[in-house]
Amino acid sequence: MNWSLLWAQLFNGLTLGALLVLVAMGLTIIFGALGVINFAHGAFYMVGAYAAYIAYTATYSFVISIVAGAAVAMLLGLIIERGLIRYYYKRPHEDQILVTFGIGIIIVEAVRAFFGGIAKRVPVPTWGEGAVNLGFLYYPTYRIEVLGIVGAALVILYVVLYRTRIGLIVRAGIEDQLMVNILGINVTRTFLVVFGLGSMAAGFAGVVNSPIVTVNPEMGALVLVQSFVVIVIGGVGSFWGAVVGGLIAGEILSLTAMIEPAYSQVMLFAAMAVVLILRPQGLFGVQGRQ
Amino acid sequence: MLRFGADRGLGRWLPEIASIIGLIVFPLLFPIIGGTFDMMDRILIWGLFGFGFDILFGFTGLLAFGQAAFYGIGGFTTAYLLINGYLTNALVALAGGTILASVFGVIIGLLSLRRSGIYFAMLTLAFGEMFYFLDLSPLRNITGGENGLSGVPAADLFFKIEVRTPEEMYWLIAVLFFVGFLLARRIIKSSFGAVLVAIRDNVDRVGVLGHDVQKYKLTAFVIAAAYGGLAGGLLGLFQGYMPPDAFYLETSGQLVVQTIMGGAGTLIGPTIGAGIWIYLRSALQQFDGIGSLWKMILGIVFVLIVTLFRKGICGGISQLWNRVTGSTVSRQTAVVPSAESLANETAMLPTAAIRNRSALTGSVILETKDVVKRYGGLTAVDSVSFQLIEGEIRALIGPNGAGKTTFFNMLAGTIPVTEGEIHFAGEHITHLGSTAVCQRGLAKSFQINQLFPSLSVRDNIRIPALARRYGKFNPSMLRDVEFDDDICRAVDDAIAAVQLTGRADVRAGELAYGEKRRLEIGLALATKPRVLLLDEPTAGMSPSERTETVQLLKRIAAGITIVIVEHDMDVVFGLADRVTVFFNGRKIAEDSPEAIQANPEVRAAYLGSPVKK
Repeated sequence: MNWSLLWAQLFNGLTLGALLVLVAMGLTIIFGALGVINFAHGAFYMVGAYAAYIAYTATYSFVISIVAGAAVAMLLGLIIERGLIRYYYKRPHEDQILVTFGIGIIIVEAVRAFFGGIAKRVPVPTWGEGAVNLGFLYYPTYRIEVLGIVGAALVILYVVLYRTRIGLIVRAGIEDQLMVNILGINVTRTFLVVFGLGSMAAGFAGVVNSPIVTVNPEMGALVLVQSFVVIVIGGVGSFWGAVVGGLIAGEILSLTAMIEPAYSQVMLFAAMAVVLILRPQGLFGVQGRQ
Repeated sequence: MLRFGADRGLGRWLPEIASIIGLIVFPLLFPIIGGTFDMMDRILIWGLFGFGFDILFGFTGLLAFGQAAFYGIGGFTTAYLLINGYLTNALVALAGGTILASVFGVIIGLLSLRRSGIYFAMLTLAFGEMFYFLDLSPLRNITGGENGLSGVPAADLFFKIEVRTPEEMYWLIAVLFFVGFLLARRIIKSSFGAVLVAIRDNVDRVGVLGHDVQKYKLTAFVIAAAYGGLAGGLLGLFQGYMPPDAFYLETSGQLVVQTIMGGAGTLIGPTIGAGIWIYLRSALQQFDGIGSLWKMILGIVFVLIVTLFRKGICGGISQLWNRVTGSTVSRQTAVVPSAESLANETAMLPTAAIRNRSALTGSVILETKDVVKRYGGLTAVDSVSFQLIEGEIRALIGPNGAGKTTFFNMLAGTIPVTEGEIHFAGEHITHLGSTAVCQRGLAKSFQINQLFPSLSVRDNIRIPALARRYGKFNPSMLRDVEFDDDICRAVDDAIAAVQLTGRADVRAGELAYGEKRRLEIGLALATKPRVLLLDEPTAGMSPSERTETVQLLKRIAAGITIVIVEHDMDVVFGLADRVTVFFNGRKIAEDSPEAIQANPEVRAAYLGSPVKK
């Protein structure tokens, strides 16, 4: 057994998992508060990465890139919620899925039309170059920093969800959407804020991940599917479900890749199937919620 | 009253005849606007794929995002069998691919259908991606990974006929397309199809009426998988090459987009959508600057159609056709039965309705022993023991929150029992669930209407009638349900019993409130129950409607035992043989109506006055 390889893969799984947590968290809060599952979520992730690419080539500052990626994704989310999604709150879930799927196609194709289908690269920021000696392992500095950045973002999200008025409404909405509406809360503004926040989470994850992966118009599709798996494993509408589900997904992907790379993606879906059989509502899901 | 209006002549084959003409004329007309046989072949393959998907999505209401899996499985199986010489006959190889796709349809269906709604969409999408990854690496020795499988031989059919060119291929695909259409139409018009549409409209009620919803859903899923497998097989055969992108998420997405554009729930919609997609892609390529944007343009068109024109092109056309010809539902809405026709209907009903009130000496048909329902710390129903004699009308009364509806729901199996036992006709039914309970002859009408709003009154009533006649799952798909005389008779009887004969072809969603209430009772009645549970049948009715409903219930009660939850004491004392009173989750009294009226404890429960002992 190659211990340093195992450690490296464990860390890789952690980094990948943390990013999945962030994307899935965006998806799950939008669903919780609005009742809409956003099939364009992967596209927001991709838009974040492209915004970072543009900002980086213009300014060579990674911090500005992060801000730009998150802001552009959020802005796009706000525009789409006001322009289209809000007309769908009273329509069947199927229609909501269809329209967000269509929006996803338009965003991806628009990006392809402007930037072409060829992959772009965002370099690792200067403060993330090289590797760190952890004693048992030399590990790329940037990936360790990703853990810190994503962790900080999750703490902020946690505070927003559990310590603010908006967060209370979102969590109440996850429990009982109808009741929140009946209580006369200004849902219009809350919905807008939550959709922007969820989109921003996806865009932010896209920026942070851009130096690790290649940036191309299709990069969001796989992340969307993986964050669905995270949600199914963790349980819809659960903060800790998304965290645990995301980390499990990351570790499954990277540890299987070490043993038998061909099966790494397949194993993730197999894990989802097992959860579905044993605990259909997900690890942290509440039974009875649809 | 039997309905012989259904067209048994040539007219009902009109869509089939039109499709044959369409398939013959298509290659003559399409080239005029620049179409090629290659495009036509693709359109029909997507159309065939779409028949199955439309049965699943358009008719059953299950939005699946992973159909690419079956397209790929069918395609690669067919291609693999032919390339490696295991089979030489193309039709047999296609059958092989279709069968394997169906087998995987069962597996993925069983897993994905564990959740419903948006979760189902997410799960199918995820499982679809799983097959893409399986194709890409673990199975690359079989599927060729990202290279796909090339060298699929020309299709060799029976009688040494070989099909090579796209033009020859067109006729092979057209024949299979027609057979696929024929089968899909049969499925939709069968009793099986009738249940699918009801599932789309109100899935919970279908289960409560005695149908095994999961089996119906799974069968629809497997049908869709089979169509996908066949279409995938044809793709490889026609191209001579099986591409890995059959497994792509985009394939599933394209199918969804085409179906919506063409019109879901129309069968032919996906083919029209495929025509638009494939033609537009080729036509837009002609223009510099726009060619690369074709998919974005399609995306915009798709979003607009979903937002403003959800029925799609075919749905819109058929709506327009109905408006122009003024036929079907919309005109019949105007026909309100006159008082005379209602009186006639009533007169035609069996007069055995006069009950022998003293005959309450029968056996116990429904019994509960110490039934308890707890929600966390709240005990909604507290150890209620209750016996119902065959043939009686029992009223269940009590103030709001007394636990009447909760008790009812436990009897009907719609909510689980915490403790205690329920016995029906000598059988322990406590944990059987609502479908099995209904099949045994215990039916419930709901306090809040649970109808199939987009179906006509007749189609509504047909759902319980089918469950009674054929049990909880009836896989027969080839017989037209409109020609099933047993069912037609049962449906007409039930409609007459709730006095909706004049409104039989009106959509349930367009009925007046009182009519909806009667239909709600009719749904339960059409299951031909031995015991009928009525939860506030007169809720929200006007006084005159109430009087009518009481008369109606008296007639219904001729052959069956009834338990009725009701707040209107005129209704209760006008109908009931005995009255059971609930208060704070407990049964506090049970007696004849007269005795209950005099009972001080009951008065205290209702009025809050102290009980003097």
